[in-house]
Amino acid sequence: MPQMTDERVRAGLSCEEDLSLLYEVSTKTAGVSHLEMCIQCGSCGGSCPAAADMDHTPRMLFAMLRAGMREDVLRSNTPWICVSCYHCVVRCPQEVHITDVMYTLKGMAIKAKLYQDSTAPHFSQTFVGMVETYGRGFELGLASRHYLRYFPLRLPGMAPMGFGMITKGRMPLVPHKIKHMTQLKAILKRAKQLELTS
Amino acid sequence: MNKYLLYPGCSMESSAKAYMQSLNAILEPLDVQLEEIEDWNCCGATEYLGINLVPAYSLIARNLALATKQMNGTRTVVAPCSACYLNLAKADYYMRERPALDVKVNEALAAGGLQYKPGTLDVRHLIDVLVYDVGLDAIKEKVSRPLTGLKVAPYMGCMLPRPDYKHRWSDHEHPTELNDLLLALGAEVIDYPLTTSCCGGHMTQIGPETAFELIRRLVAGADERGAHLMATVCPMCQLNLDAYQGEMNGFFGTEYHMPVLFFTQLMGLAFGKDPDELGIGLELVSSRGALANIGVKVTQPESAGPRRKKEEGLPMPPRLNKRQAEKEAVR
Repeated sequence: MPQMTDERVRAGLSCEEDLSLLYEVSTKTAGVSHLEMCIQCGSCGGSCPAAADMDHTPRMLFAMLRAGMREDVLRSNTPWICVSCYHCVVRCPQEVHITDVMYTLKGMAIKAKLYQDSTAPHFSQTFVGMVETYGRGFELGLASRHYLRYFPLRLPGMAPMGFGMITKGRMPLVPHKIKHMTQLKAILKRAKQLELTS
Repeated sequence: MNKYLLYPGCSMESSAKAYMQSLNAILEPLDVQLEEIEDWNCCGATEYLGINLVPAYSLIARNLALATKQMNGTRTVVAPCSACYLNLAKADYYMRERPALDVKVNEALAAGGLQYKPGTLDVRHLIDVLVYDVGLDAIKEKVSRPLTGLKVAPYMGCMLPRPDYKHRWSDHEHPTELNDLLLALGAEVIDYPLTTSCCGGHMTQIGPETAFELIRRLVAGADERGAHLMATVCPMCQLNLDAYQGEMNGFFGTEYHMPVLFFTQLMGLAFGKDPDELGIGLELVSSRGALANIGVKVTQPESAGPRRKKEEGLPMPPRLNKRQAEKEAVR
């Protein structure tokens, strides 16, 4: 457990530093996240094309992780707005795997049911559902299920696009199923029992 | 003869089938052979990674494991889609960087009678192979109808040059591979600083307002610099910029018309292939006008685009969308 250090006393802090949340997120992230190395420089937020729509910039989110603010972090829309463009990742002087940390936070938020808007989680889960059923993506099934539920008012505006995609044969009406679906299902079933713990 | 294993990815059979058609058309002239990985599955795109980590990596790794069974004479897997390329490369890289992940993924694979040792395969993107293995000189040799006079915005997208685990690209933010390739085809390549800006990825599905702004930037940037069309290397980029351009125009009240073609389609044209064989005309924002600049006739019918607004109407105040209304209120 972290100690109540002299530095913290001098800084006027009254409680021990609790880095358990930071370590938890770091452990659950694929690769070596380098999350502990963040120096709060803000290169990430400054590079982000979608930062304007985020509740917190990645820099702020990482400070909140360090401060142990679990609920606020998992409720933040930031990981869901992240477009996975890796701009921040190549600019980060500390090589924090920022995009992968965002993926971890999404997974944790889904498990804790702590997101504020279910649009993005529903989209991800529907997509995964298609893949787990067919082994391949199925755009028409995904789009119709998702749009009917979350963007019914967008449908009239999208009609020309959907019509064009279907008539040009760019959106198959039936899904393609892989041959060895039982094998894939067995792999995923086993994988779901496993978690990164160290 | 260059031989590789091919991981096509789901889009190549649906929304990006023009990419697959044009790729098949240029393989023979370039003397490249691609062998499809048998019974490959979806890579999970950017969705599965955000839900459950070990299953997500196991899903990706099944493809790598299957590919190792077909390794006769080559250990290189080629992916034409940037997201697939990144996912396959990422799984291979992280399984090496984090042995704990390697152990768990292989435990899951074993349930399906498979295994994968990280580092066995070399995952590369199609344009990487064409520029660096086949080479620009060999490509130039095959050009029979140079794209002289066609102004092209080279759009590399984000997931291709970043995060670049194996240091393959000339630069993370301003890579030149696509520029060089288009120049070799005789096209006039415009200066396009947005070349690796994001197209919005899945945000067109879950946060359209965020995505529309990203799409607008890219399309407006190409338009302002006088591009006739944009060249892309990724099915997701093509889908967002092409299929959602109409909705983006409606959102901002703009009237951009910027066709987006795959770089393989432009290669095919330069090699003298027929536009139909290259899937040209399958784009929703028609490239008919742009390709007329090089004397290519598109035979595919145009799709029913968004209806034009009536020029004249009752003297009513214009209908503003959310963003415009906010701006108006501030004023």
